[in-house]
Amino acid sequence: MAKFEEVGPHAPITESIRVDLVHPRARLGVTIRAVVAVVIVAIMLFPVIWLALTMVKTRPDAVAVPPKFIPYFPEGLLSDWCMVPQLNKDGTPKLGKDGQPVLKERDVCFDVTLEGIVGLFFERRTLTPAQQKQYMESPEFGWADRILLRRGLVITGPSEFVDRFRNSLIIAGTSTVLAVTFGLLAAYAFSRFDIQGKPDFLFFILSTRMLPPVVVTIPIFLMYRQLGIYDTHIGMILLYTVFNLSLSVWLLKGFLDEIPKEYEEAALVDGYSRMQAFRKVVLPQAATGIAATTVFCLIFAWNEYAFSLMLTSDVARTMPPSIASTQGAGGIEWAIIATASMLFLIPVVVITFALRQHLLRGVTFGAIRQ
Amino acid sequence: MATIELRQVEKKFGQLHAVKPMDLTIHHGEFVVLLGPSGCGKTTTLRMISGLEAVTGGHIYLDGRDVTWLHPSERDIAFVFQFFALYPHMTVLDNIRFPLQAQRVPRAEAEKRVSEIVKMLRIEHLLHLRPGSLSGGDQQRVALARALVRRPAAFLMDEPLGALDADLRESMRAEIKRLHIAHNATTVYVTHDQLEAMALGDRIVVMSAAEIQQVGSPAEVYYKPANLFVARFIGSPGMNLISGRYADGIVYLPGDNRYPVPESWRAPLAQSLKDGEVIIGFRPESAYIRENGALAARVYACDMHGAFNMIHLALGDETNIINVRVDRWVTCPVDAPLRFDIDPEAVRFFDPRTEKALRRSEAQ
Repeated sequence: MAKFEEVGPHAPITESIRVDLVHPRARLGVTIRAVVAVVIVAIMLFPVIWLALTMVKTRPDAVAVPPKFIPYFPEGLLSDWCMVPQLNKDGTPKLGKDGQPVLKERDVCFDVTLEGIVGLFFERRTLTPAQQKQYMESPEFGWADRILLRRGLVITGPSEFVDRFRNSLIIAGTSTVLAVTFGLLAAYAFSRFDIQGKPDFLFFILSTRMLPPVVVTIPIFLMYRQLGIYDTHIGMILLYTVFNLSLSVWLLKGFLDEIPKEYEEAALVDGYSRMQAFRKVVLPQAATGIAATTVFCLIFAWNEYAFSLMLTSDVARTMPPSIASTQGAGGIEWAIIATASMLFLIPVVVITFALRQHLLRGVTFGAIRQ
Repeated sequence: MATIELRQVEKKFGQLHAVKPMDLTIHHGEFVVLLGPSGCGKTTTLRMISGLEAVTGGHIYLDGRDVTWLHPSERDIAFVFQFFALYPHMTVLDNIRFPLQAQRVPRAEAEKRVSEIVKMLRIEHLLHLRPGSLSGGDQQRVALARALVRRPAAFLMDEPLGALDADLRESMRAEIKRLHIAHNATTVYVTHDQLEAMALGDRIVVMSAAEIQQVGSPAEVYYKPANLFVARFIGSPGMNLISGRYADGIVYLPGDNRYPVPESWRAPLAQSLKDGEVIIGFRPESAYIRENGALAARVYACDMHGAFNMIHLALGDETNIINVRVDRWVTCPVDAPLRFDIDPEAVRFFDPRTEKALRRSEAQ
């Protein structure tokens, strides 16, 4: 017989828990799972961290091999560690003309620059070295100009970035609101009323998502040109709404099916009309489903690339195609792309984070109530 | 307060009758219980009265007003659901206030009515909680408060105690009874629990197979069941029913038993039975174990119920088991032979072909 200490838990049990979870064997499992979780988190976060680092790199630093991943500020944070004396062949520190040792960057270090961030918001033009020298001495340039001047660039005007970002917000936001609103009404009808041919309708709605979007872009492009809604906000909102509607109807129907119809019946006999019952009783209880559906629709509309590329050129162009086609003066401007991508992430992250409580409950829908 | 009249009300789902055309009048201030096994159409009937289910035929009158096609919100009735249907996103107070807001009751008046009801149901301390955190009994009190606060013309209750524990069910039953006495509100109450029906109802409507089987006071449905279904369904256990053959004042029962029929029943039996086939029925408490009883049987089982013991007797072979209720100190070994008598006032007879109870001239 094994002793209790050998087969039992290592600490007194003070909560409701299954035996196999406190068994000594389970502890190894916990460790393994923790390690796997940490690895997964690291893999998931790596692109974001790399994006953040690239934002503040110069073009050569962004593509340097081996990669540089420790930022420092010249004469500031981390510079003591990052700058090391350059050595002569015999191992003695190389001295400069003033007798001070000559310093050089460690391979993994790069100095922080705001080129990419400034570059994102402004159009730039390359200067001749003579112009650059002349402009640098001119007092009429502000700090933003100087950042670019150091690279031989001059600001010629605001970039299209702000417009594109606003387009994305308007188009993704409006289409999400519309898709969720109409989806909610349709889902409620499907959930509560006897509709002739309900399964066929539901399948038809789902089938609109079965074709890969790329297949229909050309026909839609032709139709949009005919209708005069090519490169308009209305056109893009319409398209994303229609595209999201099938997802929204199906998701919300699942959530609404979970709400017992007794609540509405209670509201009906309590003296409310069906629409009032829907608003006062069903809507608040569907909040979880609405939140989850909103996030899904928003992510689709926000990230959509192919349609936006094909159906917009300037007025209604959204972020994804414009990030991809960011032009640099004589090369890919990684820092600008990274900054744009980072800003592009923010709205979705904020909204998802704000609704996370609902989402956690939302993903278990259909499984357990309460 | 109101009178509810159903005139030839029916509900069909496709070709299937959920409720066959039925007539029923529920009088002002009456507590009527619709009783029946599940699927008998009692809940459908209730939902038709409330307007949550549309009728497929007939008319419903509330105080003489035809409400058959009125929206549920226009009927002035309150509905208490089996699973309470308290709005989970609102506090108890908001739940109770909710129907008053629909009626646009002035704020001061609403406050007054809510506080009265809340005091009566002793739920003052719960007002700011969510329904989800309440016990079943408290949830039901809140549901009752929400119904009562409106002062509707009629209350409809769909198995309101069905979701509660047995213990709580009894105390809530008494509470509902008291509320009804205090308000004297017309109430239609649906249940499948015959004890609940007997305890609460002024009148019981026994339903089965989409039809009304019997309408009567609790005593009537218990002592004078109209047919075999009611005899079996009411009472726990139900009425003892044994098939026999009637001839010349004697019913010949299994196990070579001869039951002398009481004088007052002989004429009706002789008149209404064509071939003498009859079913004799009596309640477990209407049989008495006696040494020189008229009927002989064998003990099949004997179980203790606390206040009394129940002896199961086999009459002849084991296909005819009857239940006899005896005092709690009476016990019998299994297979012991016993003799018993039936209370001549409590015995009933049924025609096996029509399944209906036989009637004697109501002189007794």
